[in-house]
Amino acid sequence: MEGLYAFCVGLLTACGVFLALRGRSFSVVIGLTLLSYAVNLFLFASGRLKLNAAAVLGQSEEYSDPLPQALVLTAIVIGFAMTAFCVILAMRARADLGNDHVDGTLPMQPNDAASKSEGNH
Amino acid sequence: MQHLSIFPVLIPLLFGALMLLPPISRNIQSQRIASIVGTLLLLVSSAFLLYQVNNQGVQLYALGGWQAPYGIALVVDKVSSLLVLLTSFLAFTIMLYAVAGQDKGGAYFHPLFMFQIMGINGAFLTGDIFNLFVFFEVLLIASYALLIHAGGKQKTQAAMHYVILNLVGSSLFLFGLGILYGTLGTLNMADMAIKVGQLEGETATLAKTGSLLLLVVFGLKAAMLPMHFWLPKTYASATAPVAALFAIMTKVGIYSIFRVYTVIFGDNAGELANIATPWLWPLALLTITMGSIGVLASPSIRTLSANLVIVSSGSLLACAAINSEAATSAALYYLVHSTLASAGLFLLADVVARQRGKAEDRFVHSRPFVQPKLLGFAFAISALALIGMPPLSGFVGKIMILQATQSNAQTMWVWPLLLIGSLAALITFSRAGTTLFWRHNGTMATSAEPAKTAEIISIAMLLLASPVLVLLGGDISEFTQQAAFYLHDIQSSAYDLLPGVAQ
Repeated sequence: MEGLYAFCVGLLTACGVFLALRGRSFSVVIGLTLLSYAVNLFLFASGRLKLNAAAVLGQSEEYSDPLPQALVLTAIVIGFAMTAFCVILAMRARADLGNDHVDGTLPMQPNDAASKSEGNH
Repeated sequence: MQHLSIFPVLIPLLFGALMLLPPISRNIQSQRIASIVGTLLLLVSSAFLLYQVNNQGVQLYALGGWQAPYGIALVVDKVSSLLVLLTSFLAFTIMLYAVAGQDKGGAYFHPLFMFQIMGINGAFLTGDIFNLFVFFEVLLIASYALLIHAGGKQKTQAAMHYVILNLVGSSLFLFGLGILYGTLGTLNMADMAIKVGQLEGETATLAKTGSLLLLVVFGLKAAMLPMHFWLPKTYASATAPVAALFAIMTKVGIYSIFRVYTVIFGDNAGELANIATPWLWPLALLTITMGSIGVLASPSIRTLSANLVIVSSGSLLACAAINSEAATSAALYYLVHSTLASAGLFLLADVVARQRGKAEDRFVHSRPFVQPKLLGFAFAISALALIGMPPLSGFVGKIMILQATQSNAQTMWVWPLLLIGSLAALITFSRAGTTLFWRHNGTMATSAEPAKTAEIISIAMLLLASPVLVLLGGDISEFTQQAAFYLHDIQSSAYDLLPGVAQ
């Protein structure tokens, strides 16, 4: 179970980081969402993984650590608010700046540069 | 006053919520009155809190009566009460400036301002590292919205970078927290400080990873070298009161570095003792260098001020890397000075920009000022303070930092960099001052109007804090020394906070 869990968290993080490094705000927002999912799962696992263990005392022989669950709950709420803000900001930037690149201007494409230098000759 | 400790968080929260309710939310005039009353109350209560801490020692406030290390605790010691007082003073003066007209640019300026103050004060007061994260998020989400206050292309563009960087930073913060909780089993800072010494082998390596992830996050907030590129653009494009309030934001990062890497991962951390120092040392020096280059290259007062924020961050980080009581004490003094002086310069830049028409605050020839003497005098004071020239507090702060260097190697690196940084500031300020105030052409802009009285009072309060810091220098430096002693003394900063823990 631990291996699979760790693999999933790692995969989510890798995809999140990759997407967050992209230039378009849409993929960046998706990347941030994936990162926050990865973070939530990771925080959940920081109290150790256990099967059939309630987080409430007296409900079972073994009990799991309730604190990470409280932390994850807070982190989920904050993560949602932040992602929502980021989506709205991305839409605002698209409207204000006329494109959805995070820098506000589109980078020059290789063929654009080529045609430009041809025009100069 | 048993509950005084939580007032700096509660007052802005209640006033912010109050301003969102109908009778006040529709009327900007009553919002302004509420904001001024709120920040004034905050100032009085934080001054009283500082007085109480000074007389009675550290205040430990267990929220809901749940005792630390299991419950959430607020720890009000000399360091945090000093910074809370600084925030409250800054909030009051900036609000005085904003009510003169800058708050009309967009909706909900006043509630957002209050929520940001709440986040900053909370981050200074909390004794629990997860709550530090929560308060970080509170101050950040308010700052995202405040940054685009009054709108415009530039602000949206700067906000995009700022928001995305900080969201990635928040994710890293949680990863770091998760690792530390997994290895230490606690999130209370005092408890972590006690437990971290027992870690060995693989667990210690894991905890080291977690703590260095936290260093990346705090470095991002504090504008440490590879992560400072967002700062000049963000600060220069924000509205004046917002930029001035942001002057304290980098200090939240610096404060967290001091708190986490001297109390938790300080000298008593066993295998993990002083893990941040080898990273902090070169990065701090490079931050000063890059900041100084930025200062020389600044085309306008706002960019200049933003770059000076980077230089001061670098100097404070260097103090954190020196890691001694004297350095911490110097850092606290310099922190208060640089926050107030750079906030004053941000506000002044706005007044200058409004009186010069299209040239704004750029260093180019333009029309003469409506109030050349007043603005020139204010500019000269802020220049003297920020360069670090003798009569004002910048000089005292820098001397304290220079004196705090211990070994030859430290002296060899810190002295030249800090002094060359001051020289760079001197050059830019003299270039700026001569161009702005002495070389003008044409007639006065017809639309330009003199600065309002509230704005002048606000700028004067921020700039005159510098001579006051010198006049009361003895008392203040004694206070910062006691604060630094507390931070470095594991006995009082960890064991005394947890009466149940055996030593």
